[in-house]
Amino acid sequence: MSDVAIQTTGLGKSYELGLSRRGYGTLRESLVETAKGSLGKLTRRGRGGEEGDTLWALQDLSLTIKRGEVVGLIGHNGAGKSTLLKILSRIVEPTVGYADVSGRTGSLLEVGTGFHPELTGRENVFLNGAILGMRRAEIRARFDEIVAFAEIERFLDTPVKRYSSGMSVRLAFAVAAHLEPEILLVDEVLAVGDAAFQRKSLGKMNEVAEAGRTVIFVSHNLAILQALCERGVLLERGRLLADAPVTEAIDSYLRTLEKAADVDLLERTDRDSRGYDESLIRRVQIEDSAGGHPDTVVAGRSATIAIEVTEALPMTECRLTIHNSLGHPVATFDSEVSAPNDVRDPELGPRIECSLDSLQLLPGRYRIDVVLKGKRQIQDGLQAACFFDVEPGVLQERPTPISGADGDVVLPHVWRLPA
Amino acid sequence: MDTATFPTPGEAAPAAETIRLQATSGFSRVLSPRELWRYRDLAFQIAARDVTVRYRQTALGAAWAILQPVGFMIVFSLFFGRVAGVASDGLPYALFSLAALVPWTYFANTLLLGSESLVSNSALVAKIYFPRIFMPAGVLAAGFVDLGVSLVILFAIVLIYGIVPSAAVLMLPALVLIMVAAGLGVTAGLSAVNVRYRDVRYVIPFAIQMWLFATPVAYPSSLIDEPWRTLTAINPMVGVVEGFRWATLGTADAPLALIGISAASALVLLVAGLAYFDRVERSFADYI
Repeated sequence: MSDVAIQTTGLGKSYELGLSRRGYGTLRESLVETAKGSLGKLTRRGRGGEEGDTLWALQDLSLTIKRGEVVGLIGHNGAGKSTLLKILSRIVEPTVGYADVSGRTGSLLEVGTGFHPELTGRENVFLNGAILGMRRAEIRARFDEIVAFAEIERFLDTPVKRYSSGMSVRLAFAVAAHLEPEILLVDEVLAVGDAAFQRKSLGKMNEVAEAGRTVIFVSHNLAILQALCERGVLLERGRLLADAPVTEAIDSYLRTLEKAADVDLLERTDRDSRGYDESLIRRVQIEDSAGGHPDTVVAGRSATIAIEVTEALPMTECRLTIHNSLGHPVATFDSEVSAPNDVRDPELGPRIECSLDSLQLLPGRYRIDVVLKGKRQIQDGLQAACFFDVEPGVLQERPTPISGADGDVVLPHVWRLPA
Repeated sequence: MDTATFPTPGEAAPAAETIRLQATSGFSRVLSPRELWRYRDLAFQIAARDVTVRYRQTALGAAWAILQPVGFMIVFSLFFGRVAGVASDGLPYALFSLAALVPWTYFANTLLLGSESLVSNSALVAKIYFPRIFMPAGVLAAGFVDLGVSLVILFAIVLIYGIVPSAAVLMLPALVLIMVAAGLGVTAGLSAVNVRYRDVRYVIPFAIQMWLFATPVAYPSSLIDEPWRTLTAINPMVGVVEGFRWATLGTADAPLALIGISAASALVLLVAGLAYFDRVERSFADYI
């Protein structure tokens, strides 16, 4: 009993759609709903509709996490990872089932949530520390350490609103990282600051993980999860799909991603929740200049990524991110950063094309994430909208390394060597 | 109690206790002193933040605490005292209205800021657990700074007029307590409703004005005939305002009946507000 940190039994959380998605209603809407409801009961109609409006964000989850385990939560958008963290951190209550949590819990949810822009760095350290559950004495004892970690000594008495975004993020992470709870919940916070600070944060997280504390990580960066966690828990549509050593769980996740890319993109439900949905991503494909099998391209050739959408909206913009097989981002293309050669073609229809002079990727498997914008709003977004294989090829008359090469990209280059 | 807690058998981990997280119904958290005590440092930090932020980057700073009641005093004296010739129980009208405006300003500001306290901190409420009652309660606590400053000014003016307060001044803490109880009850309830229905935002400024007219701030409650006069004390601010006049200006008759009824009414508001808050607290993060 005592070596179990978290035990969930039949845990489930449902949301009533329409209410929770829109955030809040007005009294009038609610009165109308109530009136409709009692009318429905009188006439015994509308029951099916009510049940169809319930979304189970998490369903029937039974997990046991032992003290000192470091667990990675893996899954698509909307798979239930954040819902599980919210339940464990007591922000929301489960609808059914229960979770037994033993030990002090601290969450490292989104960085900077508790900062107040008018307060100075010093005041914010105390406020944020208290919000994250630290005692005043604890914060005072670790104050210097926190400030040193964040590298903001000179700006301690400056209001945070005058900080650069990098500085406030560093300070927020520093406060959170010096929490010493027995159970730590971490939601997608490691990708902050510059590269040097990221390395430092990762090191700190490693330290936390090795100090025998129970940690639950959520991250889309599979490489980080693989490095930090022993165990992986894969969720899909609120259900447990796999609970295994982290490499196995990541493999199953990648397989579900590929399966998701196979189905018609319009049927996918794991879309970007910020999207306005006036235009949706219908199809994403990459093809090289030889026009062979789509989604198989040869390194070094020119290639075109084509995105078909449902509606050609005014001011359409698009951002593509290519990730390697571990989910590490390799390259981003963003149409909002324009160049003179970009073309707006009224004849093109609901279609976007992004052309590359030469595909400078090493042989391997990659995926493309797409964010679609139009009318100055995010319209739609899909992770892993397309998978493609890069075959060995030739770049400026030099063959690409066939296998075992480090890195993801290949760059044109010339050597000078002694004869 | 639904959130059962029990200590684990003696292990290396100190003070590790198991908390069962599950769907609850009825009353759960707000009224659990243990839970509030656990988060006491946060309560202090939130109140301190509210005080600090209030006047930072304002040119006049804490002078605002004085300007509001004094400004109203001047306007009231001109229009109600001079022009309309409203009675003031034989006191100088300026003093008469200021003694009522000091508690009223605290109460009205508390209502205005307190009812928005959960919504304006929605990022915190949606991301982090803490007893949510700290948000409206923090507003009430932070208001004490302003109340203290304006009380000092009130006494200064009272002395300038040559009035020496009687022993009744010792009743002030009790009157403040009645006002805080009523204020906490009302703001807790309204801030909770505001999470679901933003209509509250539009109702509040209007309601505060109505409440001002229903309270004998600009006029003496002696204008109202009995038994209605005593009945109006169901509005807790009636007892508070008349009590403040008696305690600070040394008027002869103690309005003990009014204060008693207002205290009872404030208690009812407090219990009702906290009970409602407690019942809906668990769904805040879903709706905010």
